[in-house]
Amino acid sequence: MPEMIKVVDLTKVFGTHKAVDGISFAVEPGEIFGLVGPNGAGKTTTLKMLTTLLAPTSGQALIGGYDIVRQASEVRRLIGYVPQMLSVDGSLTGYENLLLFARLYDVPNDQRNRRIWEVLSLLHLEDAAHSLVKTYSGGMIRRLEIGQAVLHFPKVLFLDEPTVGLDPVARRNVWDHVKGLRDRYSTTILVTTHYMEEAENMCHRLAIMHLGRIAAIGTPEELKRRTNKDGATLEDAFAYFTGATMETGGTLRETARVRRTARRLG
Amino acid sequence: MKRPESEERPAGWAKSTEKAWFEKMMKEFVAIVVKSYAMAEMEVRKLRHDPTELVTRAVQPILWLGIFGQAMSRIRAVPTGGFTYLEFLTPGILAQSVVFIAIFYGLSIIWERDMGVLQKFLVTPTPRQALVLGKMISAGIRAVTQAIVVLVVATVLRVRLRISIPVILGVICVAMLGAAFFAGFSMIIASIVKTRERFMGIGQVITMPLFFASNALYPVSIMPEWLRVVAVINPLSYIVEALRSLLVTGDLLRLPLDIGVLALAGLAVTVVSAFMYPKVVV
Repeated sequence: MPEMIKVVDLTKVFGTHKAVDGISFAVEPGEIFGLVGPNGAGKTTTLKMLTTLLAPTSGQALIGGYDIVRQASEVRRLIGYVPQMLSVDGSLTGYENLLLFARLYDVPNDQRNRRIWEVLSLLHLEDAAHSLVKTYSGGMIRRLEIGQAVLHFPKVLFLDEPTVGLDPVARRNVWDHVKGLRDRYSTTILVTTHYMEEAENMCHRLAIMHLGRIAAIGTPEELKRRTNKDGATLEDAFAYFTGATMETGGTLRETARVRRTARRLG
Repeated sequence: MKRPESEERPAGWAKSTEKAWFEKMMKEFVAIVVKSYAMAEMEVRKLRHDPTELVTRAVQPILWLGIFGQAMSRIRAVPTGGFTYLEFLTPGILAQSVVFIAIFYGLSIIWERDMGVLQKFLVTPTPRQALVLGKMISAGIRAVTQAIVVLVVATVLRVRLRISIPVILGVICVAMLGAAFFAGFSMIIASIVKTRERFMGIGQVITMPLFFASNALYPVSIMPEWLRVVAVINPLSYIVEALRSLLVTGDLLRLPLDIGVLALAGLAVTVVSAFMYPKVVV
């Protein structure tokens, strides 16, 4: 089975609202694949289904060949997930946050400490390992969150808006670390973002999502070329494929959530 | 999931699948124990990082014992079976403070959901029972620290209690079981109501009736008939009864019943809340 992630006709309906409307795509091993689109496009819902947090209404998805519904516990062993929201415990140290997840991910006892320090050094958090996370900066917190999700060397890493609310330097830094993980462990990475310039620089391929559907899939170059416009940007491509601008979408609730995350991290 | 290859299997197939099933259950059980321990151990570390709440939480029991208890002792209106009212009251206040810590524990899962920590727990290969049991034990640990605080307060107020190593161990055990039950119960409510505001509302509504419809402040015998029925099904009454028999009366006849009821109720609550817990995400 060549694809690491295979999604077929995946749909999620909340009441009468189709949050995700029959999307299909596949991600190759070692690929950094981006789901781009404005808030409310269905990116986070897609991620929640692929990480076994939400049951799909219909359709199918396989991670490493395992079905996300029927083989949820096998899927959980293969994946790491960094939610958009703040997901570390401020009243514990960085080391302790990692220790807890090393245990929850069944990292064998004799390897635990080595792994934790490996992750800490990879994410440049060694010096802060024994300080309470309360005292960390936004960028350090994000790195620690990524660290928690990779302690078990997952085959697939899901990142939901990893750079929301970070300053430009910290944003670069997070992406460098994500790339580093991929180069080192050939982790397959599925990332959502609404920052087009980041998507363009960091992802091998992109799926443009709009109102729960995938409007187009391809490399950033391909997507821009298909607009038949010279010097087209990814924003242009988005407008070309969806007939909308990036401004559309995003409910009050989502906007509030993004702002809140931004404030906590900032 | 493996498909059963029943046609090809020779005789003895049933036995081997039974064995596989048994091994799977054992593995699951070990995972639950190991991971609940991992969750609970972090709670101890949190308490060590910031023990101030141990001090702030001592205030309420001081008020109850020092003011309410002292005042009520003067009246001598409550039949306490030959003990002073303060002696009678101390196990009640101990139980109350244990339960009040635990009953707001569900708030922590709503909080963690809002933060994103809970989602991260749920995507790890951790049995759901371990996630809730870990929380229940954490509540138990906080409850035990609180129990010790109340015992110290009582000692300072010169309440005569039967303090010995076995009694202390008994108190710890009862506080653990009681807090675990109420924490589990509270998580079930949290997974139904899903928001902090609604949860706080419900918490406020149930805590006081729970307390008054128990034997914490007065014996069941002076209650009106209908209230007695409530007191009998109220798990708080079993905690109070157990603590009172250990600390005050020394009559341990009903202790196994009390502990049995609490343990069974705790088990039931674990099963239900393990089922409900992931629903808080939606």
